[in-house]
Amino acid sequence: MSFNILQTCARLHYAFCAYLPSHVCPLLVTANALKSSGPLGAGLVQASRSLQTSSQSLAPVPPLPEKGGKTRHGIIPEELFQFLYPKTGVTGPYMLGTGLLVYMLSKEIYVINHETFVAASIGGVFIYAVKKFGPQVAAFADKLNEEKVAKAQEVKDLAMTSLTQAIEEEKKEQWRVEGRSMLFDAKRNNVAMILETNYRERLHMVTNEVKRRLDYQIALQDLHRRMEQEHMVNWVEKSVIGQHHTSKESIAKCITDLKALAKATQAKATV
Amino acid sequence: MLCFPGALTQRRLGQVTLRELPDWLVLKSPRRPRDAIDMVQRGWQWYYRRYIDVKKGGVGGVAMLLAGYCVLSYVWTYPHLKRDRWRKYH
Repeated sequence: MSFNILQTCARLHYAFCAYLPSHVCPLLVTANALKSSGPLGAGLVQASRSLQTSSQSLAPVPPLPEKGGKTRHGIIPEELFQFLYPKTGVTGPYMLGTGLLVYMLSKEIYVINHETFVAASIGGVFIYAVKKFGPQVAAFADKLNEEKVAKAQEVKDLAMTSLTQAIEEEKKEQWRVEGRSMLFDAKRNNVAMILETNYRERLHMVTNEVKRRLDYQIALQDLHRRMEQEHMVNWVEKSVIGQHHTSKESIAKCITDLKALAKATQAKATV
Repeated sequence: MLCFPGALTQRRLGQVTLRELPDWLVLKSPRRPRDAIDMVQRGWQWYYRRYIDVKKGGVGGVAMLLAGYCVLSYVWTYPHLKRDRWRKYH
């Protein structure tokens, strides 16, 4: 009765396998492993994804294949059937399987004991569960996948629309830049106009000021002359009135004398 | 007779003739523990990519792993299960 460590571990393994629980847990494991990275290969998925850190990491990842390798009855790869088909036809692998099974039973390489019945019942339940709930679980997992893909697609679409919009706006800005020269022309025109206006204002101011000063001088001269005239007229009148003229002839003589005097001074002025 | 490519080192199992099989096995056997780990890793990657990492996988991917596990543990416990045999002489 010498159990070494390996045999104990192997015994536990076999017991675990034989007593594989038939409730929901392994099915979920199955489903998850089928559709997503899964607990079985979870750590190693990272290893497979590490390929993306190579020099080609910027290229889009190739899409997953639609269907995996085919298996018949769930556990025998289709390749075996294809391999044996040319020599033994369709029933070849089944005959091989039957022969192997009978050989192992007869030589008691496979021993029938209580665990056989346990394994058979668990196997039966497993097969029943897979057949009955397989499609539903598959549809559920597909739905989860599609939701994930739809979300990612949404993000991608959003990014694409925003980027195309940005491109269009950029193009519009470039078009606007072409009008910049017209803008500068208009500004230059404005500035020239302002300068012109200023110049003309100042010209007007200068003219006005000069005209004012000249008008002042003219008014001054007029005033002088008027005052001289008035003063002279007043003085002549005063002196004529002071002479006390008695008759009309003396007044007429005074007037003719004054006229002759005026004429003489006018002639002197024009000379 | 199909002519298979090149040197013995570059052929896969399906392309090796029976005569060359022992030499091929010696050639492909791991020399350092690192090689063994690499072989296991490559094998797992191949299996994973072919049967599990697909859009619409079937039950085969995981079921084959479980079946292999059952077989392996049966092989490991056979010395103990021998005692439950029904016949005395085989």
